[in-house]
Amino acid sequence: MIEIENVRKSFGQLEVLKGINLTVKKGEVLTIIGGSGSGKSTLLTCINGLETIDAGRIVVDGTDVHAKGTDLNKLRRKLGIVFQQFNAFPHLTVLENVMLAPVKVLGQSKAEAEAMAVKQLSHVGLADKLKVYPSRMSGGQQQRMAIARALAMSPAYMLFDEVTSALDPQLVGEVLDTLRMLASEGMTMICVTHEMKFAREVSDRVAFFHKGVMAEIAPPEELFDAPKDPELQTFLAATH
Amino acid sequence: MFDTSLTLADLGFLAQGAAMTLAVTAVSVIAGTILGIVFGVIRNQAGPYWSIPLTFLLDVFRSVPLLIQLVLGNAAQSIFKLGWPPFTTSCVVLSLYTAAYCTEIVRGGISSVPATTRRAARSLGLTWWQDMRYIVAPLATRVSLPAWIGLTLGVMKDSALVLWLGLIELLRASQILVTRLQEPLFILIICGAIYFIISFPVARLGGYLEKRWSPND
Repeated sequence: MIEIENVRKSFGQLEVLKGINLTVKKGEVLTIIGGSGSGKSTLLTCINGLETIDAGRIVVDGTDVHAKGTDLNKLRRKLGIVFQQFNAFPHLTVLENVMLAPVKVLGQSKAEAEAMAVKQLSHVGLADKLKVYPSRMSGGQQQRMAIARALAMSPAYMLFDEVTSALDPQLVGEVLDTLRMLASEGMTMICVTHEMKFAREVSDRVAFFHKGVMAEIAPPEELFDAPKDPELQTFLAATH
Repeated sequence: MFDTSLTLADLGFLAQGAAMTLAVTAVSVIAGTILGIVFGVIRNQAGPYWSIPLTFLLDVFRSVPLLIQLVLGNAAQSIFKLGWPPFTTSCVVLSLYTAAYCTEIVRGGISSVPATTRRAARSLGLTWWQDMRYIVAPLATRVSLPAWIGLTLGVMKDSALVLWLGLIELLRASQILVTRLQEPLFILIICGAIYFIISFPVARLGGYLEKRWSPND
């Protein structure tokens, strides 16, 4: 379970998170929508401790992420995160990209890590790309590799930060299909996205962020078909 | 017709000089590179404010002519009664000189690795050190290699200045022969050819490594 309690975060003068409260249960798929600068991506990077917070707390399975003495490297094994940029390691093959962290962080044997990597890469449809370098693949393939790389650590939670935003339109579908598959398998996911159709389909709940505040949170039918917050109504009208 | 009094023994003398050039260069480049990596990482980690003293010191080594550094270095070692032989003094000064340039090369290489890539590495649970070793080091090396090869070739030629401390390296050996045989053109051509022969493999090594790594980019 991820518990977010009254989290505040500022970059200089700009307060990007103004007291966020949110709980994500095991097996839940939560999507976060909202305009740019609404703080949704920042929240994800705060959850895995890449960013510090100014007030409040974030607790992942009983571990306070930002408490002194928390072993962030250990905590991050639980939290897979995939970013907007694909962030492939360009000097490693696809297989090596996926094997690196299981071998170096979890201390798995090469054989063990390779078996896991092949399994995850097959899962995202890249079984034929094992020996290829990332630069030889499309953006969609690189992004699916990044997903497999996160999954190879057997995380309890997956965080997706606008993973289709940097893709050519015709490549968006293959990545969303991968996310749909994970959701249907029961993975606990928080997805920041601009894909409204996708959000409606896969989410248990959808949260709308506006200027650092979580303005509304509800099951997708309710949030999309009967939005209460006026900002959300404007936002949905603009995205249709 | 062409006639020379250069003997085989003289050629051996030049070879000894070349060996000295190689020894001074090898020690200085290895020590200078290790120091350069350490300083480069420190400069990168410490941020612009905290690295001011280090940056200033390295700027001194980059801007004062090497000849002056060698003479002052030698004076310093005798003032402080270190009792260093000229070879040690030469290597210490040249190493610091190399390190000053290498620091900038390393710093540039590290900055060339996108922050987002490092972020991805850290979010997989890799520690700072693992990120440095498995992601940053290989990527930065690729970017820095051409500049580092240039630096190595430069140091090899600049090492001729250690003759001022009395070391008989390649250029000094040639000078001695020129004085004795009075055949400056011929001897300097041979000297230049030897410099080329010892530099060429280094330049080729750079080309080879660049080629080997390029299919991955």
